[in-house]
Amino acid sequence: MAKFRKKKSGGQTAINTASLPDIVFMLLFFFMVSTTMKEVDMKVQIKPAQATELAKLEKKELVTFIYVGVPAKKFQSLYGSEPRIQLNDQFATVPDIQSYIAQARDNMKESDQPKMTTSIKADRECPMGVITDIKQALRKAAALKINYSAAEKVDVK
Amino acid sequence: MGKRDVQEVNAGSMADIAFLLLIFFLVTTTMDTDTGLARLLPPMQEDQPDDTPPIKERNVFSVLLNSNNQLLVEGKQMRIEELTEATKEFMVNPLDIETLPEKKEVEVEFFGLQMISKGVISLQNDRGTEYQAYLMVQNELQRAVSELREDLAKRKFGKEYDKLETEEQKAIRTIYPQKISEAEPKNIGGKK
Repeated sequence: MAKFRKKKSGGQTAINTASLPDIVFMLLFFFMVSTTMKEVDMKVQIKPAQATELAKLEKKELVTFIYVGVPAKKFQSLYGSEPRIQLNDQFATVPDIQSYIAQARDNMKESDQPKMTTSIKADRECPMGVITDIKQALRKAAALKINYSAAEKVDVK
Repeated sequence: MGKRDVQEVNAGSMADIAFLLLIFFLVTTTMDTDTGLARLLPPMQEDQPDDTPPIKERNVFSVLLNSNNQLLVEGKQMRIEELTEATKEFMVNPLDIETLPEKKEVEVEFFGLQMISKGVISLQNDRGTEYQAYLMVQNELQRAVSELREDLAKRKFGKEYDKLETEEQKAIRTIYPQKISEAEPKNIGGKK
């Protein structure tokens, strides 16, 4: 009396993987959207300074970066080993900052212009002289909101 | 002569392709949220007559940083670890000591009449100061202020400062303003 017969005998049923590509694509799109490719070629070496009381830099489009540091090895023959300023993709001097800021401001939406922030990314060993000059130039350019870029401090204690 | 069915494209490798792309983006993604210390520079004044009244000596907390990254606070040499406490004491002046800043009464929302310190922190550095040292000083000053604010927020509202309403934060900011004046002692004032 084999009344209750198993419908299938043995053999694992394969899980339907048809929706797997969909899931993966979803993840893919998420990462594609959130990814920011590095926009500039770093020509100066920067070891970030460290601090603890950090604020996050929100809204990338409002931020203009100024990099300060010793030129990378391959540029040292040309530009020396003193700390230099890098704006966008090239080395610059302090007087260039004003036009750089003006240009960055022009590229912004008018409503965003007052919120413009300038982030100074400087090497931790860089002397303050350069940075003071930059600060003066920024004041002249009326870019008063600044941010001293720093990384979270790793406690050594 | 069987009629052939329209063959379906095998989509089995689609997942592989998608995975490949996914892994590529996973690896290249840098979710770097840039962090740093936010500051506001004072606006450039062009040859304006300096008619701001001079600030009393006791209201100024002078922090000097020389090219050897040594700290001189109010005429005394100090280690960076001690700066936060010293700043807090300057800002609060709990015992109304003569040499620490004066206070003025201000009406603050939520708090009523409050004695607010007139103190200003003046930070001056040398051109040869290391950026890291400068940033550490800024960091400690900031920490002093945020610890005071945090304290007050906990005492008054029982919540962390970050979780307060904007209005409440503003009230606390009024009581403990972050007045750091840099480099130009002549321009000391109520600038944030």
